[in-house]
Amino acid sequence: MSNTYTIAGATGDWEIVMGLEIHAQVVSNAKLFSGAATAFGAAPNTQVSLVDAAMPGMLPVINQHVVEQAVRTGLGLNAEINLWSRFDRKNYFYPDLPQGYQISQFQYPIVGEGEIECERDDGSRFKVGIERLHLEQDAGKSIHDLDPSHTYVDLNRSGVALMEIVSRPHIRSPEEASAYVSKMRTIVRYLGTCGGDMEKGQLRADVNVSVCKPGQYEKFRETGDFSHLGTRCEIKNVNSLRFIRQAIEYEAKRQIDIIEEGGTIDQETRLFDANTGVTRSMRSKEEAHDYRYFPDPDLLPLELQQDWVDQIRANLPELPDQKRERFKSELGLSEYDASVLAADKDRADYFETVAEGRDAKLASNWVNNELFGRLNKEGMGINDSPVSAQQLGGLVALIKDGTISGKIAKDVFEILWSEGGDPAQIVEDRGLKQVTDTGAIEAVIDQLIADNPDQAASVKEKPKAMGWFVGQVMKAMQGKANPQAVNQILKDKLGL
Amino acid sequence: MSDLLKLSLDEVTTKLKAKEVSATELAKDALAAAQAAQPALNAFTAFDEDKTLAMAAASDEKLAKGEGGLIEGAPIAIKDLFAVEGVSTTASSNILKDFKPTYESTVTSTLWGNGGVFLCKTSMDEFAMGSSNETANTGPVNNPWTGANGEMLTPGGSSGGSAAAVAADLCFGATGTDTGGSIRQPAAFTGTVGVKATYGRTSRWGTIAFASSLDHPGPFAKTVKDSAIMLQAMSGHDPKDSTSLPNDVPNFVAACGQSVKGLKIGVPKEYRVDGMPEEIEKAWQQGIEWLKAAGCEIVDITLPHTKYALPAYYIVAPAEASSNLARYDGMRYGLREEGEDLTAVYENTRAAGFGHEVQRRIMIGTYVLSAGYYDAYYLRAQKVRTRILEDFDKAFQTVDAILTPSAPSAAFALGSKSDDPIAMYLNDVFTVTANLAGVPAMSVPAGTDKDGLPLGLQIITRALDEETMFKVGHAIEDAAGFNAKPEKWW
Repeated sequence: MSNTYTIAGATGDWEIVMGLEIHAQVVSNAKLFSGAATAFGAAPNTQVSLVDAAMPGMLPVINQHVVEQAVRTGLGLNAEINLWSRFDRKNYFYPDLPQGYQISQFQYPIVGEGEIECERDDGSRFKVGIERLHLEQDAGKSIHDLDPSHTYVDLNRSGVALMEIVSRPHIRSPEEASAYVSKMRTIVRYLGTCGGDMEKGQLRADVNVSVCKPGQYEKFRETGDFSHLGTRCEIKNVNSLRFIRQAIEYEAKRQIDIIEEGGTIDQETRLFDANTGVTRSMRSKEEAHDYRYFPDPDLLPLELQQDWVDQIRANLPELPDQKRERFKSELGLSEYDASVLAADKDRADYFETVAEGRDAKLASNWVNNELFGRLNKEGMGINDSPVSAQQLGGLVALIKDGTISGKIAKDVFEILWSEGGDPAQIVEDRGLKQVTDTGAIEAVIDQLIADNPDQAASVKEKPKAMGWFVGQVMKAMQGKANPQAVNQILKDKLGL
Repeated sequence: MSDLLKLSLDEVTTKLKAKEVSATELAKDALAAAQAAQPALNAFTAFDEDKTLAMAAASDEKLAKGEGGLIEGAPIAIKDLFAVEGVSTTASSNILKDFKPTYESTVTSTLWGNGGVFLCKTSMDEFAMGSSNETANTGPVNNPWTGANGEMLTPGGSSGGSAAAVAADLCFGATGTDTGGSIRQPAAFTGTVGVKATYGRTSRWGTIAFASSLDHPGPFAKTVKDSAIMLQAMSGHDPKDSTSLPNDVPNFVAACGQSVKGLKIGVPKEYRVDGMPEEIEKAWQQGIEWLKAAGCEIVDITLPHTKYALPAYYIVAPAEASSNLARYDGMRYGLREEGEDLTAVYENTRAAGFGHEVQRRIMIGTYVLSAGYYDAYYLRAQKVRTRILEDFDKAFQTVDAILTPSAPSAAFALGSKSDDPIAMYLNDVFTVTANLAGVPAMSVPAGTDKDGLPLGLQIITRALDEETMFKVGHAIEDAAGFNAKPEKWW
């Protein structure tokens, strides 16, 4: 591959290989094994049931909706759904883990092998294999900075359902890692199975990074033998796309430096410090817990009916890749425009409302250029847009039917942005309608030619000078003249 | 003690319904008798007189209107493993010494729903780990039955307090839990009836877990019919317990007294163990003769994997326990012992909170689950478990019930085995198989040994077929005519 990401070291080029574990909080009103609520931002320890607090004698009961969400996600990742899966206990002590174990799926996950396609910044695509997706409980939150000598524990998150999505080591650059997480977020948001908000911790990533010499990765892909790859380090809980790139860049460099100085990489868990941009060792392989996994005896194996899975499959929403292809094939959008619009569900929904029954290309131009441009400039998201999809659709319709020109439309957009209102009404009230009455245009042109005979004569030698006439006509008519009509009449009158 | 307390549950509920006695009167009698016996028997861990009397008064109101449930107005003792709202619930452990749940276990709330009146909590081996009730944080329970020379005997364990309370006529029924024999062995040691139903018949919700896949809540009673009434009043599907059976609960009471004629009774050769007292063997033979006389066909059967059951049990149970007991960490409730760092708090809390036997089992369980040992121990033990289940399945293709002794000895002297965990674990040799397989089993008093101590016989039936178990149990009870009672010394 010519475009493989490389890092120049003292001994030559290096490549990086990554696999990601994404923890995605399942969209569900209740927790994985208890009926407690899951809303974000509640006062500490107010969403804790007896089960979540691990009171004596409490037992877990699976939340069927969460199972459905996991299956839906698996289907969205083009993955195999395991009709038989099982919950295991992962045992370790920590104050924010009330049971003393996390209920997870260690040996038999609910979702098996899958694959997704991701887009790099330049629009090129790459595939990432999914090894598995399993359900597990989130832990509570330990808060160390409220008091110098005490740690506070908030159990609101304790028992919240997470999907852990494990990728194959198919990710080869910081950009690809970020693109993979971004695509995963898009997919789960389309599916409605995870909110995807990294700031709220709804989506978190652990990044496994190793470095190798060119050619080694290809050997690994041929044989499946991990010994062709370097020793990996796991960077835990990176919570933004930017930090993912930074953490990987730093970590890869760190590993290369160690190897080139004759050292070896210790397999370990590391933490990324966003303030300093470095990764720090959290625990070595030797310090790793022995989690003593065993099947949770409080829960029966999870058995799904194929019919039920098929039903979920039949009701899957359109996914981003499908949407992008439809935008191209049915609406005639360019690859770039279709990709940009499909990459975010809210944006795609917005666009589809604008384009509904209207000129899709025109709608795409307005959404992609005018609206997104303006939103980016203001640092706003699509959901904050002061111009609704209905308003923008109305504007697009007015352009398309010739009521206003594109230039006037930009003025109307400004009014919509700052004052709001109905576009047709604004055009009407402010007299912005395009003049297509040829008589009125002819009168203005006749006057103009009469007032500027020399200019009119010279246009025949220098056709480019016609622009001056167009400008003058528009100026005289406050920009409301239909540009096509102006051009045509001018050509006729000037004998071009 | 009033003679009312000597009645069976069946008899007393009849009297209550006939208004010959009030629930309040009965509750007061039972409270007085139990409290009077406490210094001698040490069988109880908590009373709540206000609660008892309030529940009795509520029963009286219902009875006055001709209403009321299956056991309306009958005082029931509750093993300290069941959460009873607002009442100390400790699992006889220091780590939960001051714990009062804000919730009610499903089994006890079902009992109260059927009219039972809470009498008291009963002592047990700490976290149900033991076969002699000697590991309770409040000290051993004394069996109402005493040795030939008046020595104090164990009531068995782990549900020793409940067994003693029923044997001494201090209540009309009691709850226990049976993880490896913790109901059936104490029942055999105290001349009471103890039942472990099919796994999942009684809910585990709100019952402090020892080994989840083996824990069976069940009743102690004075008679087989009483035990059927008690089980009836405890059973049912519980959506809060994922392992609870969705099946309808059969009429256990109606099965008592039905003919056993034509039933095939299996006698497994593997239950004839070395060193078993001759009297146990004799009681077993006697049981066989009784059933033969009642029209049963006796069939010699083999349960070839029986000898692996005890070792498998002592891997699976500690493994699950090591994980189930992790929640007692001093962080949210229960005992907390401070320390210089987090690890020290954990260590100090659990060292002070758990007794030696509990610590031993946590260590065994942690060991058998650890990386590199899991396959050799836990996984292999689970395979043995499958074989044991297959043994039963095969046997039940030809027989309707299996008859064995309940325990390899009569009640032994307190202290005689407490220094030898292996000797103690051997007590469960006849009972663990039914826990590993999840099939119903009960112990019925069948006679006494040369010292006049009760001996029990065990009846094991197919999963979900408690009715046959009660039929056979009732037939043995009828034939045995067991009516011996410990001489009152407490």
